Amino acid sequence: MIELRGIGKTYRMGDTELNALVDVDLDIARNEYVALIGPSGSGKSTMMNVLGCLDLPSTGTYKLDGETVAGLSEDQLARVRNRKIGFIFQSYYLMPRTTIADNVAQPLIYRGLAPAVRRERANAALARVGLEARTLHKPNELSGGQRQRVAIARALVGRPEVLLADEPTGNLDSKTAREIMGVFGDLHREGMTIIIVTHDAAIAAWCQRVVRLHDGRIVEDRQQASHTHAESA
Amino acid sequence: MNEETRDAPIDEGNRLQAFFYAMQECLRSALGSIRSHRMRSFLTMLGVIIGVASVICIVSLLQGLTRSVMNEFQGFGGNALQIVPETSREDRMIGKWNALKAADLDLVKERVAGVSNVTPMAFPALPGGVRYGVNSTVAQLIATTSWYQLANQSYPRIGRFITTSDNDSRRRVVVLGDKARTDLKLPEDPLGTFIQVGGEWFKIVGVMEARGDMFGQSLDNYLVIPFETGRALAGMDKPLNMVILLTVDNIDAVNDVTSRITALMRREHKIGPKDQDDFKVQTSQSITETIQRVSSTITVVISAVVGISLLVGGVGIMNIMLVSVTERTREIGIAKALGAPRNFILMQFLIEAMLLAVIGGIIGIGLGWLLGVLAAKMIPHFPPPAVPWWAIVGATGFSALVGMLFGILPARRAANLAPIDALRHE
Repeated sequence: MIELRGIGKTYRMGDTELNALVDVDLDIARNEYVALIGPSGSGKSTMMNVLGCLDLPSTGTYKLDGETVAGLSEDQLARVRNRKIGFIFQSYYLMPRTTIADNVAQPLIYRGLAPAVRRERANAALARVGLEARTLHKPNELSGGQRQRVAIARALVGRPEVLLADEPTGNLDSKTAREIMGVFGDLHREGMTIIIVTHDAAIAAWCQRVVRLHDGRIVEDRQQASHTHAESA
Repeated sequence: MNEETRDAPIDEGNRLQAFFYAMQECLRSALGSIRSHRMRSFLTMLGVIIGVASVICIVSLLQGLTRSVMNEFQGFGGNALQIVPETSREDRMIGKWNALKAADLDLVKERVAGVSNVTPMAFPALPGGVRYGVNSTVAQLIATTSWYQLANQSYPRIGRFITTSDNDSRRRVVVLGDKARTDLKLPEDPLGTFIQVGGEWFKIVGVMEARGDMFGQSLDNYLVIPFETGRALAGMDKPLNMVILLTVDNIDAVNDVTSRITALMRREHKIGPKDQDDFKVQTSQSITETIQRVSSTITVVISAVVGISLLVGGVGIMNIMLVSVTERTREIGIAKALGAPRNFILMQFLIEAMLLAVIGGIIGIGLGWLLGVLAAKMIPHFPPPAVPWWAIVGATGFSALVGMLFGILPARRAANLAPIDALRHE
C-alpha cells in the first residue's frame, strides 16, 4: 500500500547541503504494524513528513494507496492527508480552546460534512478509545494518556488507510505508554495499518516489523516473530 | 478498512453545502477566538468603534436638524408659493432695493389660473414694541389678510383670525402668537383685551395654535394685524416691504404656475429679455431642496474626514491579526496536517478580521446614536437626532470592507504557512 522508490530528501542550510534521506526503498503492505526507529538525526522525522505527505521528497517516487504523491499541489496533498492518513503526535497537538468532541471532529470539517454527521462520528471514535463520557471536556482537563487517546480518536475519525504516530508515548509514563500501545495493538488486530516513529526500543518491541534508519538510509528491516502483546489492558 | 462507509468525494452537487458548512465553522472559530481574548478584541475594535461612533453621531445630529427644518416647511405646504422681491448684488451695493407693488397682488389674483389663497404679507416696523399694562415685548408683526391662515396652514386656537371686513375697514384688531401672549403675561383666554402695538390700541380677537421651537427660537413670537391696518400705520406713502403668499390648487401644476407668474410679472415690471428678475418665486420645495443640498454636502465632507479614522482602525485590526497568526501558528499547522485546504485557513482569518470590524461597527453605531442623543439634549432646543437607515447600512458595510481589506495580509500569511514549519513552531 505504501511504496517508496529511491526517496531522497536534501535540505539546504546556507551553503551546505544536508542529506536527510538517501535512496530509500520501502514497501509497507496493508495491515502491517511497523516501527521506524533510529537515533536522532537519522532521518526518522523527515521520513515521517514524507510518509505523511507533509513534505515532498527531493527525489524518488512515493505511491500511497496506488496514487503517486509527487507533483501534487498543496491542496491536493491536504486532501490526501485528510482522507488517507491519521496523524498522532508526541505532544498530542489538540486545539486547546475547543472540546475534545470538536477536536476529534476537526478533520471532518475539511470534508464538508454536516455538523450532525461530524458529531456522530466523533462520538463513535471517542467511544472506540474509551472516552465517550468525556466528549464535552477541554483537553487541559484530561491526563496525558487521555489526551493521546483523543488524538488517536481524531486520527481514526476520518477512517484513514494508515495511522502515522510520531513518538506517541514520548510524553507519557511507562504504564500509560503500555495502555496506548494496547490501543494500537487493538487497532492493528482490527485491520489498521500502523507506522510508529520512535527512538525507544521498548516501544518498537510491540510492533511486527522494525525498520531502522541511520544517516538517512535503511540499515535494518526485520520481522519480529513474537512482538509484545497487550497485557490484558 | 470498512470500504462501504468511506465518504464519497465531494461532488458538484453538494459543494455548495460543503461551502456553507465551512463558512459556518469559520464563523464559529472566529467568534471563539474573539471571545477568548475579550479585552484584546475590544481594544482592537476601538479604532473602528470611535470612527463609526463619530460618523453616526454627527450624521444623526445633522439629519435630525434637517428633518426638523423640513417638517417646518412641510407645514408650509408643498403647494405653497411665495413671491419675494429680489435685488442683485450690484444693486444692493448701491443701496437700491427692489420691492413688490400693490399691482402685483391684483395681477396674480386676477390673471393666474389654478391658484388660491393669494395674500399679501408685510412686516411693518412699528416703533415702541408691544405693550400690555406694564409688560412689554418685541415680537414679529405680520400684516396680512384672512387667506394667510390657509396659505400658511396655521389657524387660531381660540377666537378668530383676521377677516376680510377687518381688512377692508382697517380695524385695529390683533391675533397673537402664543409666545407673544405669554410674554405679555396675558391669560390663556385674552379675547377682548386691548394691547398697545406701536403706540396704537388693538383689540385681541384670537390666539394662534402653538408651533414650538426651531433652533432655539420660538415660532410663536408674532402678532397678526390686518394688512390694510398695517399699511395705514406705516404710512400710506411709504413702500411696504411686501411678499405675496399663495397656494397652487393642483400640486403638479406648480412649475406651470411659477412660469406663468414669472412671465406676467416680468411684463408688469418691464424687465427686458436680457435683464434679471427683480423678484423670485419660491416654492417650499425649492427651499427644502436647498436645505437638503447643504445638509448632504456637510454629511459627505464629514463622513469622508471621519472615514479616515476607520482606516486607522483597520490598521489596528491588521496588527492584531498578524499577532494572532503568529500566536496560532501551531494551530494552523495542526489544521493543515489534518487536511485543511489553503482557502479554508484564508477564509477563517479573513472572517475573523471582518467580524472584529463589523462588531466594532455595530457597537460604534449604538455609541454614536447615544452620543447624538446626549449632545442634542445638552444643546437647548436642539431637535432629537435621527439615524437614517443608509448610515447604518453604510457604516456596517464600510466596517466589513475595512476588516476584509486589512484582513487579507494576515490571512494570506496564515494560509501560506508550510505545514511542517507551522507544526514545529514553538
